Amino acid sequence: MLKAMYEWIDERLDINPIWRDVADHEVPEHVNPAHHFSAFIYCFGGLTFFVVVIQILSGMFLAMYFVPDIVNANASVAYLQNELAMGAIVRGMHHWGASVAIVMLFLHTLRVFFTGSYKHPREFNWVVGISIFFVMLGLGFTGYLLPWDNKAYFATKVGLEIASSVPFLGAYIKTFLQGGDIVGAQTLARFFALHVFFLPAALLGLLGAHFVLIRRQGISGPL
Amino acid sequence: MGKKVSRRQFLTYTLGSTAGFLASGMLFPMVRFAVDPVLKKGGSAKYVDVNLPISQITQEPKAVQFVIHRKDGWYEPENGESLTAWVMKDESGNVRALSPVCKHLGCTVNWNSNPQYKNQFFCPCHFGRYEKDGTNVPGTPPTKPLDKYKTKIANGRLLIGPVES
Ligand code: HEM
Ligand code: FES
Repeated sequence: MLKAMYEWIDERLDINPIWRDVADHEVPEHVNPAHHFSAFIYCFGGLTFFVVVIQILSGMFLAMYFVPDIVNANASVAYLQNELAMGAIVRGMHHWGASVAIVMLFLHTLRVFFTGSYKHPREFNWVVGISIFFVMLGLGFTGYLLPWDNKAYFATKVGLEIASSVPFLGAYIKTFLQGGDIVGAQTLARFFALHVFFLPAALLGLLGAHFVLIRRQGISGPL
Repeated sequence: MGKKVSRRQFLTYTLGSTAGFLASGMLFPMVRFAVDPVLKKGGSAKYVDVNLPISQITQEPKAVQFVIHRKDGWYEPENGESLTAWVMKDESGNVRALSPVCKHLGCTVNWNSNPQYKNQFFCPCHFGRYEKDGTNVPGTPPTKPLDKYKTKIANGRLLIGPVES
């Protein structure tokens, strides 16, 4: 039945070659932990992606209850965490996942650095990777404000003050991010939009570029 | 000189500039919309009577709460927004009102709140410290003294205005 359905679709869309191209390729011995256990360091990139998928899914579900408004944000987070089935789990996935994602990303970066994989012809993918790093930091920073508690408020004040220390442009960057004269209603709305629309879109675009480049250039050789 | 533009180039330029025109027509409103807060001018602050007779101000800094009305986008709290000033008299008897916003990265300082640092303002975020007159203690994170509020005295009572710039 499933096979018949797949064939019916494939006959019309010719999707066979598409997923073949994505999935059907050799994993070289030096990156396969089944051959050399130390090759597990090559898993961190994939693990980062896995955690990002968790963030996107758990974030989409959080957004079903979360309200980006200074009067209701904190209450909506308390509600979704304490009064809904699995609320603590779904919020926990997103909360802890945010840190795990950054840790995985960092370990992946260390692997690339110490295997020298950033060298020609992969230098552009290093640049894409660093952009991913900054977008992830942005997601962490904007997400942290959303629960609208004291920690969120003061962390954002400190972060915006750091942004405003940029030479010449600092004051403009701060007002742009703050969306007004104080960290308040407009800041929360803005950070929410950045957190769930702008930055995830940028992240997905960059991840796409990252993966296309990996397929074109192949994984770097053994040390 | 006088290199001829080929038909193909001409079409590319025409198509390119049309696409650029359409794209900017689409992007301009959105970008202008997003940067509006940067281009808007902030409102001017007024002096507020903080309900404190001058005679009650001593040399010991005292936290004075006062309420201002300020609109944050569409949001204006009904009972206003509560701010704090650390009010005291200096050696020559003039009133001094310090802002509690730390000049390191914007947390809130408190007078005498850390038993280790008597008679100083202390910031819990990164342990910034200030003397009684607001000067930052060298070797702690802040690099500037605390801001002073402008003050006025009317009928023997203290009025607090905006922060001196
Ligand atoms: C790699 C991607 C992401 C990272 C690192 C991240 C990070 C964070 C962080 C640190 C918080 C604060 C949570 C807390 O303190 O409990 C947060 C909250 C939130 N995020 Fe994300 N996020 C990511 C992606 C997303 C996406 C894609 C969405 C939605 C489409 C989303 C929706 C939300 C919502 C609605 C909240 C507020 C609820 C809450 O505070 O528990 N996030 N995020
Ligand atoms: S914000 Fe006060 S010491 Fe850093």
